[in-house]
This record gives sequence, C-alpha cells and structure tokens, in this order.
Amino acid sequence: MGLSPVLWQFLVHWLHASALFPAEASGIAPYVDALYFFLVAMTIFGTTFVAILLLVFSVRYRREKNPVATQIEGSTLLEATWTIIPLAIFLVTFVWGALLYFRIYDPPANAMNIYIVGKQWMWKAEHPGGQHEINALHVPTGKPIQLTMISQDVFHSFSIPDFRIKREVIPGRYSTVWFEATQVGTYHLFCTQYCGTQHSGMIGEVTVMTPGDYKKWLEQSNSGQSLAQNGERLFASMGCNSCHNGTAAARGPSLAGVYGSKLTLTDGRQILVDDAYLRNAILNPSEHVTAGFAPIMPTYQGQISEDGLIDLVEFVKNMQSNYRVQQTLVTATSGEAAPTTPSEGTTETVKP
Amino acid sequence: MDSALATTDHADVHAEHDHVALPQHRHHFETEEQQREAGSFGMWLFLLTEIMFFGGLFFAYLLYRNWYYPAFAAASNQLSVPLGAFNTAVLISSGFCMAVGVWAAEMRRKSLLVFMLVLTTFFGLIFLGVKYDEYHEKYELHHIPGDSFNISMFTNPAGYGIKEEPLAPDMAQKAQIFFFLYFAMTGMHALHMIIGIVLLFWLTWRAHRGDFSSGYVAPIENFGLYWHFVDIVWLFLFPLLYLINRHPLH
Amino acid sequence: MSAAIGNTIVSLPDQSTAQIPKRNYITNEHGLLSWLLTGDHKRIAILYLISITFFFFIGGAFAGLIRLELLTPQPDLVAADTYNKFFTMHGIIMVFLFLVPSVPATLGNFLIPIMLGAKDLAFPKINLLSWYLYLVGGGLTLGALVLGGVDTGWTFTTPLSTHYLNTHVITAATAIFIAGFSSIFTGLNFIVTIHRMRCPGMTWFRMPLFVWSHYAASLLMVLGTPVLAITLVLVALERLFGIGVFDPAKGGDPLLFQHLFWFYSHPAVYIMILPGMGVISEVISTFSRKRVFGYTAVAFSSVAIALFGFFVWEHHMFIMGVSNYSALVFSLLTMLVAVPSAIKIFNWAFTLQKGSITFETPMLYAFGFMGLFTIGGLTGVFLGSLGMDIHLTETYFIVAHFHFVMVGGMLMAFLAGVHFWWPKMTGRMYPESLSKLAAVTTFIGFNLTFLPQFILGYLGMPRRYHAYPPEFQVLNVLSTAGATVLGVGYMLPMLYLAWSLKYGAIAGDNPWQATGLEWQIQSPPLTENFIEIPIMDHEAYDYEWLENKTKNEVTTVG
Repeated sequence: MGLSPVLWQFLVHWLHASALFPAEASGIAPYVDALYFFLVAMTIFGTTFVAILLLVFSVRYRREKNPVATQIEGSTLLEATWTIIPLAIFLVTFVWGALLYFRIYDPPANAMNIYIVGKQWMWKAEHPGGQHEINALHVPTGKPIQLTMISQDVFHSFSIPDFRIKREVIPGRYSTVWFEATQVGTYHLFCTQYCGTQHSGMIGEVTVMTPGDYKKWLEQSNSGQSLAQNGERLFASMGCNSCHNGTAAARGPSLAGVYGSKLTLTDGRQILVDDAYLRNAILNPSEHVTAGFAPIMPTYQGQISEDGLIDLVEFVKNMQSNYRVQQTLVTATSGEAAPTTPSEGTTETVKP
Repeated sequence: MDSALATTDHADVHAEHDHVALPQHRHHFETEEQQREAGSFGMWLFLLTEIMFFGGLFFAYLLYRNWYYPAFAAASNQLSVPLGAFNTAVLISSGFCMAVGVWAAEMRRKSLLVFMLVLTTFFGLIFLGVKYDEYHEKYELHHIPGDSFNISMFTNPAGYGIKEEPLAPDMAQKAQIFFFLYFAMTGMHALHMIIGIVLLFWLTWRAHRGDFSSGYVAPIENFGLYWHFVDIVWLFLFPLLYLINRHPLH
Repeated sequence: MSAAIGNTIVSLPDQSTAQIPKRNYITNEHGLLSWLLTGDHKRIAILYLISITFFFFIGGAFAGLIRLELLTPQPDLVAADTYNKFFTMHGIIMVFLFLVPSVPATLGNFLIPIMLGAKDLAFPKINLLSWYLYLVGGGLTLGALVLGGVDTGWTFTTPLSTHYLNTHVITAATAIFIAGFSSIFTGLNFIVTIHRMRCPGMTWFRMPLFVWSHYAASLLMVLGTPVLAITLVLVALERLFGIGVFDPAKGGDPLLFQHLFWFYSHPAVYIMILPGMGVISEVISTFSRKRVFGYTAVAFSSVAIALFGFFVWEHHMFIMGVSNYSALVFSLLTMLVAVPSAIKIFNWAFTLQKGSITFETPMLYAFGFMGLFTIGGLTGVFLGSLGMDIHLTETYFIVAHFHFVMVGGMLMAFLAGVHFWWPKMTGRMYPESLSKLAAVTTFIGFNLTFLPQFILGYLGMPRRYHAYPPEFQVLNVLSTAGATVLGVGYMLPMLYLAWSLKYGAIAGDNPWQATGLEWQIQSPPLTENFIEIPIMDHEAYDYEWLENKTKNEVTTVG
C-alpha cells in the first residue's frame, strides 16, 4: 500500500477504538482493509457524483429557471464513457479481489494444521497434539495456521472477523482456510451460516498468544493422546490393520508415506492423496480404488464420527512406516506384549 | 393455455361489429390471426418453462451419473429395456395420432379427429399402465429409495442369477440415488401425461360436439404442442435411464 | 392547458365542474363476483394491489419485531426459535409475496396493455389465474405461519431444511411453488402481449421503457422460476421420503441444492428491480419534460441485465468450497452485470440536463431511488469482489446491501409508480404536501435504519443473529430507531391514499401532462381502454407531439 505504515496503523487503530472497525489481527487483514477502503472511496465518489449531478441539474434546470426542455436523443460518446469507466473500475476490483481470494484460500506449504468440527451448536477445535477445545481456539502469533474443517450435521460457517477470514463448514467434505495471527489478544469467533435454533449461540473466542505462551498452553492442556495416537488405536480396533499391513500379499495398499503422493487408480487416473481423499476413502472406498487392488474394502459410513475420521486421517498423514502396524498384528495374533515404541514411529510433524 | 378456448356467449356482442367474428373470438384481439398466433406463442413459451423445470432434474442426473457411474450402470441394467422400448413406441404412436388429429381438425374432418384423439388417449393410457407395472416391480424388489431399499441385488448379483459385476456396498448404496432420479423424472413425466390425458378427455368431448370442425383448431394445435413436448421428454428419459452401458450383443 | 411557470407541472381540470367519468372500468360492472371473476387487466391489477399491500404489512410487522429484539444484545424478547421464524417469514413474504409481484402484477398489469394500445393482455383468464395462484400461495404461507411457522430462512438451506427442522417446511415450500407459477404466468402473459399485441405503428423502439423493463423481467420470470419450482419439489421429496439427493451420508451433495436454488434466486433479484427501473424511466421523463436520455441504451441495458443475470448465481457461494477457478469466472461476470445498471443511472441523471424539472412526489421518490440504488449497487461490487466477499458475506453488510437495492431501490420505485399512476387508476389526486412529507420521512428513516448495518457488517456481526456481542449495540439501536421512522413513512401513504379515494381532487385525463398512451385516455380508463385502437405515429416521450395535440384540442373544442 502506498500509505506510510505509521499512518495506516494510526488510521486503523483510531477507527477500531471508535468501535466502528474491527481490529487488524492477521497478516492478511491490512490487505483486505486496503481493498475495502478503495471500495468505500469508490462508493462515496460514485454516490457523490450522482448526487451532485442530480443537485446541479435540479437547480439549474428547474422549471422556473428553464421553462422549455430541450429534447436530446443521447450521446454515444457519453454512453461509451459511462460504460467504460465503471467497467474499468469494476475490473480493477475484480483483479484485486481475486488475488486476495487466492491468497486467503491457498495455504502456504508449512502451515500448521488444526482441525475444526462444527456441529449444532458448537465448535470443536482439535490440535494435532490432542488438545481439544470447545468454542475456543488458541493459536500462536507468527505462524501460518491452516484450519481443516467439517460439519457433523448442517452447513455452518467459521468466521473470525478480526482476521478477515471465513469459510463455510460443510457436511461430507473438508473445507480449509488459513491465517497468520499477528496480534496477541482475544477475538470473536462466529458461526455465519444459519444453522438452526442456537445459531447465535455458536460463538467463541480466538486467543492469540506469543509462541512461548502457546507452547505452555499446549503442555497444560494435553490431556491424553495426540490425534495421531488416537488414530492408531482406531486403525487397530476397526480392523484396518488386517488389510493395510504393508506386507507383499496384503489385500489393501500400504499407507505408509502415502499422504501427499500421487496415487494411480484402477482406471488409470492419478489423484493427490490429501485429507479429503483419505476421508473419502474410508467412507466411500469403491469410488477411487488404487490400481492393482480389488474394490473389496467395506465402507465405514455411519460407524465412525467426524472426530474419529480426523484421528485416522492424522494417523495416516504421519505414518512413515508400517512397523507399528505389523507389530499390532503380531500382538493380536500372539500372546506377547507389544515391544516398546522405536522413536521414529511417533513423529507428529505434518508432511507437506 | 386455455385462453383461446372459447365459450359461445360472445356471438351476440359481435353482431354490432362490421366484421364477421367467429364464436371463439376474444374481443381483446383485433383479428382471429392475432389470437391464434398469441395462443401458439404462449404455448411455446409455456413449454420453455417446462424445459427449465425438467432441467433441474436432468442436471442432478448428470452430476450423480458422473460421480457414481458403476452404481448408475448397475441400477439402469435393472430396468426392462423391452418394456421401455415398447413404451417409447407407444408414445411415438400416440404422438403420430395426435399429429394426424391436428391435420384432421385443419381439414375439418370431425370423425377422424375424434378417432385420433381417442387413439392418442388410448396409447397414453397404455403407457401409464406399463409404467405402473414397472413401478410395481420395483416396489416388490425393494428398489424404492428410502428405508426399505435393498442393495443385495447389487452387491450379490450372482445370487439373483444376474450376470453383472458385484458392487462394493458403498457404491451399491448409491444406486438409491439412481432410483430416486428414475422415480422423480419418470414420475414427473407421468404426472404431465396424466394432466394431458385429462385434457384429452375434455378435448375429445368437445371435438365430438363439433367445436373443432369448423376452422377453429387452436386448442387442438396447442394441445398437440404440449403432447409432443411430453413425448420428447420421454425420448430423452429413455436412453438416459434405461440404456446406460447396455451391450446389446451380450 | 399548461399552467403559468410555477414549480409544478400538475394540470387539473376545473374542480368546480370536474367529475369522474361515469363509465369506467370500476363502474362498468357491479358486485363482488364481477371483481372476483373479472378478465379486465385493470381490475386484476387493483386486486393484486390490495393483496400485496396486505402481505407487505405482515412482512413489515415481522421486520419490526426483528428490530425490536435487536435493540438489546441479549436474546430477551422472544425465544431463539421464534426469532428464527420472524426473519424467515419476513424474507419469504417480502421476497415472494411482495417484491416479486409488486410492480409487475399491479402497475404492469394495469398499464402494459394501455401503453401498447391494446385492449387487454393476451390471456386475461390466465391473468386472473395468476392472481388466484398468488392468493393460494399467500394463504398457504399464512397457514404455515398460523400452524407454528417456518424457520429455515427464506433460502431453505439444506440439509437444515431437509433433515434438521421439524417446522412446516413443506407447507412453506408448497406455498412458494404455487406463488412461483403465479409469477411465471404473469411473465408469460407479458411476453406474448408485447410480442403480439402492439397497436399499429408501435414498433419495439416506440414502446415506453416501462414496457422494455417488464419484458426483460418477464424473460427472467419465465426461464428462472421453474428451476426454483423443481428445487422446492426436491426438498419436499427429500423431507418426505428421506432420499439422499442432497444428503452427503447417502452420496448426495448439499451444494447441488445451492446451485439449483441460486440459479433462480439470483435472477429473482433482477425480476424484482427491473420493473422498478421501468417506473423510474417514466417518472424522470415526465418530470423533466424530456425524452429519456439514451433511450436505446436504457432499453438494451434492461435486456443485458436479464441476460447476464442468469450467469452470476455462484457469487452467493464463493465461500462454500467451490473451485477457485469457477469463483473467478463468476466474479468477473458479476462485475459485468453491474455495468448496465450504472449505464441506466447516468442516462437518467442526464435526462435532467436541459430539462424543465419539477419535484412532485413521484420525482422525489425517483431521486431517492437513484441515490440509494447507487449505494446499494456499488456495495454489490464489494460483494462481487472475491477477497472482499470472504470477510463480508453472511454479515450485516449483505443485509444492508440488499435492503438498499430492494427497499431503497425497488420499494421507492414502487411508491413512485403508485403515486404517479394513482390519478390514472382512481381518477383522483393524492394530497401532494402530505405525500412529500412521507417521501422525505421514508428516505430519512431508511438511511438511519440501514447505513449503520454496513458498519456492523464490516465489524463482523453475522446475519440472522438473535443475540450479539454488546459492543454492537449502539449501531443496532440506531438501526431500530430508523426502522420506526421508516414504519411511519410507510403508514402515511396507506392513510392518505385511502383518503384520496373519496376526497382527492379530480385528476382528469392527464394531470402530469405526460406523453404515454395511458395519459391520452380518461381517468379511470374504460374497461376496453380505447374506444378505437390507436395508431402510434410518434416516438415515445414525444413532448412536441403532446404540445401540438394539446394546442389542437384547445382550439377545436372552443
């Protein structure tokens, strides 16, 4: 923006203090505000221009002053002018808005992932380390954060106005949005898609902390297993390990390292293995079958909650090898206890 | 639609005018010609709205067929091509009869017109009868979408003596969507046919009275347009619903 | 007949001797049945006027209740479910039972045949059927209300409406389905009439712009409304039989509903505004004594809005997980559809230049329209801009935007039209000073109600919220205060228009000295409109022709 950063900060803080403007608490917020100010200026200019035309013409050509009207057919030049100039302004708006849209909805590769599950009428946030929050979201500053969201029932919409981000939270598929919080504080979180009785109650608080405070918070709130560890339990208890065990004769493809890769399907198509694919593969396995395998995987539709699906997705995302899977099979078939965990099987980093 | 369908009580009003006005002439039209053209144009516009109406269902069909092709193919193969083809022939015949009927009205041949209208109705009723039969079969096989839907014929076709590839259970569930669209589209079509048949009864009675044998053909023509439209909708429904992935030589 | 150079163009017959013509469409037949079974487009228009006014006040009452609740941040006036029913009923009634039929079914029905030199619309019986369908739709809506209400929002979003509510969704959906056919038949009637029943000499480009905008709106009614109909059928079937056409658990896609619904509902907003724009053309021309500047541009821009309006529906779904590339296409098209509206505003403004302007009430409403519609339309550009839409969508910014165009725009245009053609429809003038007061009150009330909502929207206050964070209260209180003023502004016309039926000045044929064919016949018109079908031998808005005609009339009568 051509405006000096100091001046900009002053303007925005003054507006915010007057309770007429939201805080700029994310990296993208100033850019959104810049477009907004441009559009407001356009509106004020356009409206004023029309108002002045009306006023000036009304005064100058009122009946007492101009008793006889001059019949004018039109003017192609004027028509062209007031077609092209508004069109040009609108096209500038289009390009600017499109660039902003792509920035908000295309997350950077190193974004930290947090899962959001919306249901009537509350928000559940699930950090990869297993921390669960209800109607709240704790995030650190200075780190890009991607929200992977899904609804358990109807359409909701996750909105943090002070970050200028919002996305619909839909049943049946993941939607994502990302942000980088820049300012410590607490901010509103709203559901912005009418979802029934307590729609206005589906609100919460986003708490932005310094990275150090965030780390402390993570340690304090850890009340159990990480999402991936939960996923590992489900993987065994739901019997996934019997087919997806990574041996040569396995009935199902090996899942180690599959996340992020391009998979070839039975019809020759290639598909990117992302969160949405993994979730869909559990619920509708015969839609996209891996090449070289038969469509015999049963569906788990109705048997796993969205939380469980998130746990499984996190588990597969982080699965580097089939070692632990094979170990659980061995323990299942023999009476021995499972051996202690080698360190490389429990990373919680997200693969790009 | 029924604007040009006359009542005969305007004849006296027209006595004062210097032109000879037919009994069906509506006095807000300047000429008979204008009235006919307006009626016909109105019917074409109405059919355009019907295309948009069915269009929503066709769009849903396109989407889901694209997503769940195996389920759609398997479910489509459960429909009876012979019955569907027979019905198609029946409807085309009824369309032919209607067209002859329109010609008969224009030629002022009353008995031919009445006969053709009766035949059109007859074929229409046969079509509906066959459709009822097909729906009934689906009911017995538990292929009506909803809680009673049974996917075993798709997951285990061999058990029913059907030479088809078995589907995985989750894909077999999607056959419900095919059947929903089948019932919705053919049902909407059948509803339009029922309305058409009711109108045919009325038109046949009026034709019998001689209303359409003295140059006043607009109602027959406009109804003909409607009937042909219903026919054309079926001509799209039949291949889309009955003929997915059929191999005639197998 | 022209007055001395004062500040009004009104020219009334001598009140001491003037009388309403004895034979007119109102006195032609007597008895309730003659009204309920009429084929006369003018009587049907009056029937519609009464019905939509009735529904307007019910919808307005709900608006009042909404604003009353929103005076305080807490949900303290009514239960959450009740509030949800308020805004749903407000939306359904205002959109489907008021805005969509407002100008077309009342003014359009009354005027289009006369403006074209015809004796009636092409299909009078279908016109009457339209009114009855409207009544059935309206009755079922009231039925849903009385039975306990619907709380889906007027947008019927699935899966909420199909699986998660046990209110009277199917009743409401059926009501709208039926009302939709009322709209389709009206549009069909208009299109056939305009194509086939223009009087000799009435070429397309001699038609008043009022007719052009109704033609464009009718195209939208005829092509778009059936898609809404089938969408509602699918929702009802899914509710009744549990088929999963929109249910992801059964393989269906809730986004399919969104596409089908908005495919109609976006053109619907143009159905609502285009007829109003037609009114503005007539009013601005008459009160500037000038042909509308750029007649051809204004005519074509109406059709362009109708055409482009079909290709922008996804802009209601930008945040719903649609592909980024499809969002690009629809955002671009949305920018394109804004341009014809801008063209119209400038053409109307330049009609004033070198005109001879007076400021009777219809003109005041037209000026209000131009200012408020400009703001409303430009804020639409905010929403068409992808990155901006992310922050603004589903907030009060959207509420403010569409109320600016619908209420500040369309409703003002409707009032302009009612006032403008009131003398023609009733033979009586309304009281000018009181009506000016009402117009100004409405304008002030409107701005006070809806300008704060733009700010609330940017702050992030979501729409359809029953309760809100306390820091939003001041703006909400301002908005409610404005709503009260607005309510007064709308009540006044009800009162003085009714008063004028008995006590208003006799208007005569052409109190505004306007050029349209409707002003060359008596007020109120004869049932058959014209004793002899006119021959159109001059252009639209031909004030020179009018002057000649008036001069000749004066000289020959004497």
